[in-house]
Amino acid sequence: MLYFSRLKTATVLGLCLLGVLLALPNAFPAPAAWLPWRTIRLGLDLRGGSYLLMQVDMQAVTRERLNTLAESARQALREAGLARYRVTPDQAKQRLLVNGLQPGTEAKALKALQPLASTTSNGFSSTSDLVFTQRPDGSILVTLSPTALVDRANQAVQQSIEIVRRRIDATGVVDPTITRQGRDRIVVELPGIGDPQRIKTLLGKTAKMTFHLTDETANTSLPTPPPGDEFLPLQGHPGTKIAVRRTVAVDGGDLTDARAAQDPSTGQWVVNFTFNSIGTRRFAEITRRYVGHPFAIVLDNVVLSAPVIREPILGGRGQISGNFTAQSATDLAVMLRAGALPAPLKIVEERTVGPQLGADAIRAGAIALAVGFVLVIAFMGTFYGLFGWFANVALVVNLILLLAILSVLQATLTLPGMAGILLTLGMAVDANILINERIREEVRAGRTPLNAMEAGCRRAYSTIIDSNATAFLAHVMLFIFGTGPIRGFAVTITVGIATSLFTATMLTRLLMSRWYIARRPAALPV
Amino acid sequence: MFYRPLIRIVPDGTRIRFMRGRYAGLIVSAILSTASVALFFYPGLNLGIDFRGGVVVEARTPGPADFGAIRSGLAAAGVPDAGVQRFGKPTDVLIRLESPRDASATQLLVEKVNAGLQKAAPGTKILRTDAVGASVSAQLFRNGMLALGISMLMILVYIWFRFEWQFAVGAVVTLILDVTKTIGFLVITRLPFDLVMVGAILTILGYSTNDKVVVYDRMRENLRKYKTMPLRELIDLSINETLNRTLGTSMTVFLASLPLAFFGGETLSAFAWTMLFGIVVGTSSSIFIAAPILLFLGEHRLRTGTKQAGKAAAQAR
Repeated sequence: MLYFSRLKTATVLGLCLLGVLLALPNAFPAPAAWLPWRTIRLGLDLRGGSYLLMQVDMQAVTRERLNTLAESARQALREAGLARYRVTPDQAKQRLLVNGLQPGTEAKALKALQPLASTTSNGFSSTSDLVFTQRPDGSILVTLSPTALVDRANQAVQQSIEIVRRRIDATGVVDPTITRQGRDRIVVELPGIGDPQRIKTLLGKTAKMTFHLTDETANTSLPTPPPGDEFLPLQGHPGTKIAVRRTVAVDGGDLTDARAAQDPSTGQWVVNFTFNSIGTRRFAEITRRYVGHPFAIVLDNVVLSAPVIREPILGGRGQISGNFTAQSATDLAVMLRAGALPAPLKIVEERTVGPQLGADAIRAGAIALAVGFVLVIAFMGTFYGLFGWFANVALVVNLILLLAILSVLQATLTLPGMAGILLTLGMAVDANILINERIREEVRAGRTPLNAMEAGCRRAYSTIIDSNATAFLAHVMLFIFGTGPIRGFAVTITVGIATSLFTATMLTRLLMSRWYIARRPAALPV
Repeated sequence: MFYRPLIRIVPDGTRIRFMRGRYAGLIVSAILSTASVALFFYPGLNLGIDFRGGVVVEARTPGPADFGAIRSGLAAAGVPDAGVQRFGKPTDVLIRLESPRDASATQLLVEKVNAGLQKAAPGTKILRTDAVGASVSAQLFRNGMLALGISMLMILVYIWFRFEWQFAVGAVVTLILDVTKTIGFLVITRLPFDLVMVGAILTILGYSTNDKVVVYDRMRENLRKYKTMPLRELIDLSINETLNRTLGTSMTVFLASLPLAFFGGETLSAFAWTMLFGIVVGTSSSIFIAAPILLFLGEHRLRTGTKQAGKAAAQAR
């Protein structure tokens, strides 16, 4: 076990050197841009920043889908020339109930409804996202298929991630990470953000904007709106309701640009917007037809303003006013530019660490790390002499290799991760202690120095593997089931166990073997 | 100091008859663990924010914190039942709130706390905000327990593969006793039980197993070497032979954790104190618990006499 071929010696030393090279980027900035300068990333708990875990409201996704489906169903039935029908969405069962049809028109109704389904084909079979059931009493059930709902939910999460990214990018946060977690959650990490209030405001609204015509004849003091209308509150005027036509005249999705500006005449903050070609055409059509009538600009079911159309707007440009401050106008412009979220996002977990606290944590961790390192090294030197110092050399190399691997993986170093490094150092020398104790026993059993070293290394080996394997397994579990900073701990420990196996066995053995060849001692310093 | 070792932990040829204390060890351990289980049910663990949910805000006021003003400011902002306490420096306060059922209400609480603080002490800086909704904390707790449970299971399987079943049972029973005592320690010290603590417990598990594996390894080796030695003597011999290593490794891990306990800051010191406790428990349980259990389980199986010794040795291979 003590014999090292040249190749093996070169490999061991080469790996150590490679470790030093790979760990270097953490100490210096990149001297040239083309170098692969990978460094360990600091976790948010060390560099300061904000972690937000958001949940996509999936019920809202299905509700929305069902409501639009109901709307299109009514339209389809109307266009088919059916005189009597009633369309009721059943949210709990995720289906529409179409009844109240005139006897004899059921088949016609079903035929009118069928084009609403869209089919997806995967090459082998095509599936429809709607299931139509004709019931004996003449009513029709339109059920959303579960697979289509899953698809839609997936799509909603993907789309939300994209829109969240656009909204955050607009704020100029450096290096945000936005990732999906599980079925319906989104993780947003904002390094360096000590107060995420602005971002929370930006993400807190779906910002679904629509333009509707209003119903001037409706009496808003009635408990229920007339058919085809809905009563929506007016922003800034508590208690005031506006009767708005349900049908969307122009959709906010057709906006191409939105900017906050100050109205030159009144000095008030407004949002100027521009439509794309479809939006421009529809807006022109509506404004031409309804000159002198008010129309409502609705954001997330609240009427922002309901101006009267003074003249047809043909250029596709418009202005939203509505008690804005500079900040809220800018925020609205950002949200409109980024697009509407398909469903509301709820922040279910927030972890924000100010930069000051992060710096404190780094300092505390670094002091503990330095003191612990010195203590372990002093212990090994005192209790194991020369072989203890060999172990100490291995320990330093172990630390460097650990940093190197963490850099290559671009792992995140967290506060618990720093504790993990320290514990790894404490446990890494266990292998050396095992070897040294074993050699000592072999010497006492009367073996010659070389024999004792040989036997000691060999016999300690299986014990070292056994004792490290269990610790390794436990921390892999922690990595799999843990979240956030504790994963950083699991990563440093598992990587540390692996590197310590190498340094404690290979490197110290190499040192011992070289030392023996150079000195040929008559007795071992154990 | 640089060539020969200066000190030995225990002198060579130490022969302490540990198995004489096997009943004492088991009884003390059983009492401590039973008490810990009782403590676990009452008063119970001090669950940290990860597992209980809620809001924790750490803030630094411009001058020395006026707790009365902060409390009334928070109450005026709509958070009457906030726990407000000093945290380190006299300017630093820690505000704790229970988690409301509704997830969006958690964020509302954060806003209210910020508003209340600014009103009570203008210029207050928020150093840290943790807000964990009830659904998330439940999930974190489940995952934490899964990590603990599966790790234990894997350790059992690993030792079972590598050693005879008596060793595996001995190790896992000891580990359970170790973990219960650690939980008792957490209840008494009121250290918050959170994900970091799960990490600490897993590390203690790993460390403690490591310790047992080394002692077991030696027993297995000695079972082959001394085919006629009674199991009791053999266990004592194995413990004594590995005593220097057991204590040496305990000391290095102990020394590595010690500075964390003193300088590591709030989170890490809680972690480190638990580690220190776990190291002491894990080391002593290798000697006083894991070994006696093996003695009881193996008395008639691992070695009953010279006739079966060969069989045992064959099995051991």
